[in-house]
Amino acid sequence: MTVRTSIPETRVEPVTKKRTVPPLLRHVLFALGAFAVVVVLTLVTDEFTNLRIATIGYYLVAVAGLTLLTGLTGQVSLGHGAFMFIGAYTVALLVRRVPSFPLWADLLLASAAGGLAGLLAGAAAARLRGPYLAGATLALAVGLPALTRRFQDFLGGSNGLSFTVHSRPAGIGVPELRWQTWIVWLSVLIALVLVLNIVRGRLGRDFRAVRDDEVAASLGGIAVGRTKILAFLISAVCGGLAGGLQAFLLGTAAPGSFTPALSLSLLAAVVLGGLGSLWGALWGAVALVYFQAWSEDLADALHLNTDVANNLPLAVYGVILIVVVLAFPRGIQGGFQRLRGLLRRSAEKKENHENH
Amino acid sequence: MRTTRTVAGIAVLALALSACGGAGESDGGGQQAADSAVGVTKDAVVIGTHQPLTGPAAPGYSKISVGARAVYQAINDGGGINGRKIDYKVEDDGYNPTKTVEVVKKLVLQDKVFAIVGGLGTPTHSKVVDYLNSEGVPDLLVSSGALAWDNPQKSPMTFGYQLDYAREGKIQGKYVKDTFAGKKIGYFTQNDDIGRDTQAGLDQFVKDQTVARQGYDSANTDVTPQLSALKAAGAEVVVCECIPAFTALAILAAAKIGYKPQFVVSSIGADPATLSGLLQDFAKRGGASVSSAQLLNGLIGTGYLPDVAQTSDPWVAYFKGIHDKYIPKEPLTNTLFYGMVQAYTFGQALKAAGPDPTRQKIVDAMSSGALKGPGLTPFGFSKDSHSGYTGAYVFKINPDTTTTVIQPPSVTDRGTGAITPYSGERATPEQVNLLGR
Repeated sequence: MTVRTSIPETRVEPVTKKRTVPPLLRHVLFALGAFAVVVVLTLVTDEFTNLRIATIGYYLVAVAGLTLLTGLTGQVSLGHGAFMFIGAYTVALLVRRVPSFPLWADLLLASAAGGLAGLLAGAAAARLRGPYLAGATLALAVGLPALTRRFQDFLGGSNGLSFTVHSRPAGIGVPELRWQTWIVWLSVLIALVLVLNIVRGRLGRDFRAVRDDEVAASLGGIAVGRTKILAFLISAVCGGLAGGLQAFLLGTAAPGSFTPALSLSLLAAVVLGGLGSLWGALWGAVALVYFQAWSEDLADALHLNTDVANNLPLAVYGVILIVVVLAFPRGIQGGFQRLRGLLRRSAEKKENHENH
Repeated sequence: MRTTRTVAGIAVLALALSACGGAGESDGGGQQAADSAVGVTKDAVVIGTHQPLTGPAAPGYSKISVGARAVYQAINDGGGINGRKIDYKVEDDGYNPTKTVEVVKKLVLQDKVFAIVGGLGTPTHSKVVDYLNSEGVPDLLVSSGALAWDNPQKSPMTFGYQLDYAREGKIQGKYVKDTFAGKKIGYFTQNDDIGRDTQAGLDQFVKDQTVARQGYDSANTDVTPQLSALKAAGAEVVVCECIPAFTALAILAAAKIGYKPQFVVSSIGADPATLSGLLQDFAKRGGASVSSAQLLNGLIGTGYLPDVAQTSDPWVAYFKGIHDKYIPKEPLTNTLFYGMVQAYTFGQALKAAGPDPTRQKIVDAMSSGALKGPGLTPFGFSKDSHSGYTGAYVFKINPDTTTTVIQPPSVTDRGTGAITPYSGERATPEQVNLLGR
């Protein structure tokens, strides 16, 4: 701690100590529970639904990273697809060029590559705010995929790279997609445990302080610039991991998959799910996968012409976004919380009523 | 303290994962039994395809499945193939490879299709070839001219459809060399397989005459710099390996800078009806009005299917009958026609697979070399080759946007072999008798 003025640690002991389990352990236990839920879900659904579940998984980690950046630190990124792009190409290149690397190393390197890019982007972003930051990050999403055409031989040009990832150990009688879904969710949950610890820890408090008031935060001894860069770094690591997992799952990395529309959808998912809550990231990821699928089915069923069918999924997504935000300004998760509050209050009322 | 614990936690989980071995190592997984008949019931055969119904490649290409659907309807109304109706499922991938992988898995796992027919696009389809082959799903008549589909050793289930880009480049190169001896030549190509493969063919003939090579990315619609560079280099003939939108953009950009080269365009971008529409559309967006007939007059192109304007052709007449009955409101373009021929060809293969088709039987029928398609040149299908159409004719666009064949069909190989005129007879619709009993 360099310049941090030491604020005396005034620890207020809670009157009744409810939770004795340390947070890390609690998060790990929760993650294990979540993993068990995913495994059960994949066992009772068909293989294609497994793919959708896995898709929700990698979107979840990307949206969670963006939630940390936007919801917690107040930095808007319109370019998160670029970090997914970096992660996907890292895995693609590693699988093709260094086939002996185990998958976990590929995924770690994909996260690291995303993080490195995030560090650079964050260093620039720390000097920008609001619309300027949004513009700069959007440029990243627009510009980066063009690299594939600049280095055609290495990155495969507009065609991108295709490959097959072999991750299933011999002798495990599980369908490939089910196994892949497990790997995706295992990686996602490990990442989420780490993110959750950061959010709940001191760094998370710094993030929120910077978001709420930069001047006050710096007066409080928080290095604002460094905190912002750190937030960018962590969320880019999540983006890189998400891209890496996508590449692992689908066996492809191509520029056509990482359009600016992807970055915008990710941000919309953050808002839709609930700004600043990791539960919200889950609802956002689910919405991203299923609303799109449903609206495409709808466009298909209605036999619309190309121009309408082109825009219907985005229009539906937009309408849902507007409705949800109007009804629940804090997204789907905010809606759930309000619902829970209402239920609790009505229960209390009932209790009071009975007592009188 | 907490950090140590976290790191230890990661390490343990990483070790657990490391049991999985190298991610890129071959698992030697065998192909699934191909004698299965997934998707075939007593009275139906379910097939699927991925098409860009939305997104950047949709203008023009979204009509391919419309043409195909009409032919399948005609087949079904005629009693189907061996009594089975064809259930054609079209999934939109928006020309986005990620979506392609997803929708193809949906077709295979959820819809349980018998085969994928006519999956469209090089960047998209190349991502599912390995998957389809490892699952043992027939991957027939891929809508792309990349060389990758013709690899029977590695991808035994995959078959091409179009004339491949290397063959087409050779035929164009030879024609240009013979017709425009001594003239300066420029290339204008798409920056991917299309450009790479066609240049390999062109260079066999006109490398010495070539004065400039310019490429384009489909994301950037301003091609004036490239056309200016071709003009500055003094190119009198511009060989354009472009999709329809970029053929039109190149023609407009040249007109804008007062550059009048002889354009020679590949089959993928030389459909006069589609080009006329695009020229009008693009010019209107730029605030100008143009005569597309005037701009297209004299343009030279290559093709392997009969032109829809050649109404005397028995196959054009046959498909026009289906068009008039099922989709009279759709303009009959060569692109629509492409889908119709493709569907018909699948019908032929399915019929050849016999009364009890299996996945292996349809692959055998494709490789038998017996498919005599509506195209003007033969398919290359055999045990050792999964190549689609093997040659092309050269045509010129007339002042009224009809076309005239100026060099009859000739065939060649994808290497350095000779280009030879093709004189084989085409079977007529009556002889193929797809719907006869």
